[in-house]
Amino acid sequence: MEFFDRFAIPHPSPLIYASMVAIGLTVIAIIAGLTYFKKWGYLWREWLTTVDHKRIGIMYLLSALLMLFRGGADAIMMRAQLSVPENTLLDAQHYNEIFTTHGVVMIIFMAMPFIMALMNFVVPLQIGARDVAFPRLNALSFWLFFMGAMLFNISFVIGGSPDAGWTSYFPLAGNELSTSVGTNYYMIAIQIAGLGTLMTGINFIVTIFKMRAPGMTLMKMPMFTWSALITNIIIVFAFPVLTVALAMGTMDRLFGTHFFATTNGGMDMLWANLFWVWGHPEVYILILPAFGIYSEVISAFARRNLYGYKSMVGSMVIISLLSFFVWVHHFFTMGQGALTNSIFSITTMAIAVPTGIKIFNWLFTLWKGKIEVTVPMLYSLGFIPIFTIGGVTGVMLGMSAADYQYHNTMFLVAHFHLVIIPGVVFAMIAGLTYWWPKMFGFMLNERIGKWTFWFIAIGTCVAFFPMFISGLDGQARRMYTYSESTGFGIWNMLSFFGAILLAIGFALIVYNIYYSIRYASRDIGDDPWNARSLEWATHNPVPDYNFAITPEVSSSEGLWDAKKRGHTLFKGPYKEIHMPSNSGVPFIMSAIFFVFGFAMIFSMWIVAIISAIGIFACMAHRSFEQDHGYHISVDEIKQTEAKFGGAKE
Amino acid sequence: MKLDHTQPLEYSTKQNQLNILGFWIFLGAEIMLFATLFASYFTLEDRIGNGPSGGEIFGITPVMIETILLLTSSFTIGLTVNAMRIGNKKAMLTFFVITLLLGLAFLGVEIYEFYHYVHVGAGLQTSAFTAILLTTLGTHGAHVTFGLFWGLFIVSQVKKRGITTETTNKSFIFSLYWHFLDVVWIFIFSFIYLKGMM
Repeated sequence: MEFFDRFAIPHPSPLIYASMVAIGLTVIAIIAGLTYFKKWGYLWREWLTTVDHKRIGIMYLLSALLMLFRGGADAIMMRAQLSVPENTLLDAQHYNEIFTTHGVVMIIFMAMPFIMALMNFVVPLQIGARDVAFPRLNALSFWLFFMGAMLFNISFVIGGSPDAGWTSYFPLAGNELSTSVGTNYYMIAIQIAGLGTLMTGINFIVTIFKMRAPGMTLMKMPMFTWSALITNIIIVFAFPVLTVALAMGTMDRLFGTHFFATTNGGMDMLWANLFWVWGHPEVYILILPAFGIYSEVISAFARRNLYGYKSMVGSMVIISLLSFFVWVHHFFTMGQGALTNSIFSITTMAIAVPTGIKIFNWLFTLWKGKIEVTVPMLYSLGFIPIFTIGGVTGVMLGMSAADYQYHNTMFLVAHFHLVIIPGVVFAMIAGLTYWWPKMFGFMLNERIGKWTFWFIAIGTCVAFFPMFISGLDGQARRMYTYSESTGFGIWNMLSFFGAILLAIGFALIVYNIYYSIRYASRDIGDDPWNARSLEWATHNPVPDYNFAITPEVSSSEGLWDAKKRGHTLFKGPYKEIHMPSNSGVPFIMSAIFFVFGFAMIFSMWIVAIISAIGIFACMAHRSFEQDHGYHISVDEIKQTEAKFGGAKE
Repeated sequence: MKLDHTQPLEYSTKQNQLNILGFWIFLGAEIMLFATLFASYFTLEDRIGNGPSGGEIFGITPVMIETILLLTSSFTIGLTVNAMRIGNKKAMLTFFVITLLLGLAFLGVEIYEFYHYVHVGAGLQTSAFTAILLTTLGTHGAHVTFGLFWGLFIVSQVKKRGITTETTNKSFIFSLYWHFLDVVWIFIFSFIYLKGMM
């Protein structure tokens, strides 16, 4: 029995046992459902083996929504625990586990796939391409992310969750102070998902550089594509740092090395530095695509072209460069000395300049525009003031002398939630609503959508504004409780109330999806928002090959030119289209990665070696395979186009 | 498939061009990976705990042998690509196999070197310095090992399928990878071994 002891939860509670039962029942229900409705073949053919960027995007989207609720449940539990002083809902250990998984899940398994979802679905369409440069690699990226996410999520029912914070600082995250396998999960699950992200980065850089429609020069790319390009460049340069840091952390925990230990020459601050050399650019990996979405949405619904296109691009380039030179501001108080802190203070505050340029560009785009307040527009309008509050408090934190007061208090928690929620979450919901009709062929209900917005926007403010006050009063983050005499009670109660509003908002999104599936009109045409860029120029829903004829453009707003200036997008006759064939190998290889990761986490070396051989066997298979895809004939294209209501010739 | 005959075979299709650009970007990521390892190495270099320092365990002989082997293999992979460009399959395969043999010999010496380090008490767990030393060298060595298998696969494909748009593309990309490992080795040679022995 000793062998099985390590799989037990070190710190069980009724809540966790209930989750085990719930997970078990869900798995059984899914398997039974798939068998009963005979959907296994469909699932395998249409989804598990697909290399279509649109389907991969949709799978990313579903995973992101799923993880949003996992991370959200963590958040609600935290706020509930803190809502009154001396609360006993959670004990210290559970609280540690929950804030750790909340951070990891929300950043790496919710925000990242959400961005990947929209990038995957939209970028190839916006540049008039048939797919990404390496469709199969794209499938591998998704499945590696998915398996990494699943691996991380089983931690709380098998072996115990990580509990050293999402930053996982050593020596706290070392074997002596984190005795369960939780931090092994952290190191290995994020590593697997990170490999997928790196591949996406390479894939999209090549796609955007090499596969744009004729006429679309770099400076004529839609702004979302620009933001995707810069984001992916940051990914390629930042993620290898995380790869190395996680590998070193894994070795410290599994093989007894002394990289980050406090003995035998180890240096715990090396982890903090490496983590944030990745971690700060990661913040911009999340925010830049969001900026791209806002640029698209604001210009579409202000019915004006984007103000200051060149300065938008320039400011993103500057942000991406600066993002690599600010990491020390995450630990001003950890003894670097005044000169180092001052340098990083200045670089940090400098980021506010290009960001400010973007804010003013959006405001000038709105200026004299014929603003139409749709749901995506509402999120974009709500983003500007709330994000600015979050951003200004960020500049406050960036002043290293003052940071000694704010560091590791709820003030910081308020700051980063007030940039990341309006910055990323609002943008993702805006993008989701905006591109939903392109993905699924019907629109989300506007009335429910507006209710959702108000719940989420007000919830965000109510949940996080009080933290500024309690933080300045000295409430430290990550403390599982506090005494009544501190006076933090009222602020935390307010926060809890805000968290409930947020929860209602997110539940409303799901209700809206359900409602719209049932009642929304399917007859919405190809361009329901009267938008400007190429993704709206193809059919709804998008055919497999995206565009029957490769579009030709002469500005960043190809469709707008076609609608208002009589520009012809689709010239010339149909030609045979080459398509990549589906493959099960990415899924199988990632599944083996899952087994490999699990074996590593529990130090089951034989299983780890066998599964590693399996991974290399998949790569060898790929090397010897000869796969030239297939062709769609002109007749088939004509039939498909006719079915979509009139060929576009 | 559209063939562009003004380009060498490895660049002649759209997909081939995408593959090569993608690999260059991948090498960019690899540079970041090794840069992080080097940065960590410089940070931990003097943190030797109770273990030996670099100067005490490095020996010039195996390092020189490794350097000569790997640099020569970089030259022969260049000859491989040259033979491929002029369409000489036999010469191409010969040079390719020589490259892999040189790589294998390099790996043999490196394994001996690791054995030696552990033998003199500089194991993975000894100190932060030995851990980062063996990790940096080991990451490079793992890349070489991976390259040996990958190269072997390409050799057998060239042998069976001849010099085609696909095999030339793979061979060319492999040559980029191999040259890159050589560049990394030059950094390891200069900034780990020479610096440590001075």
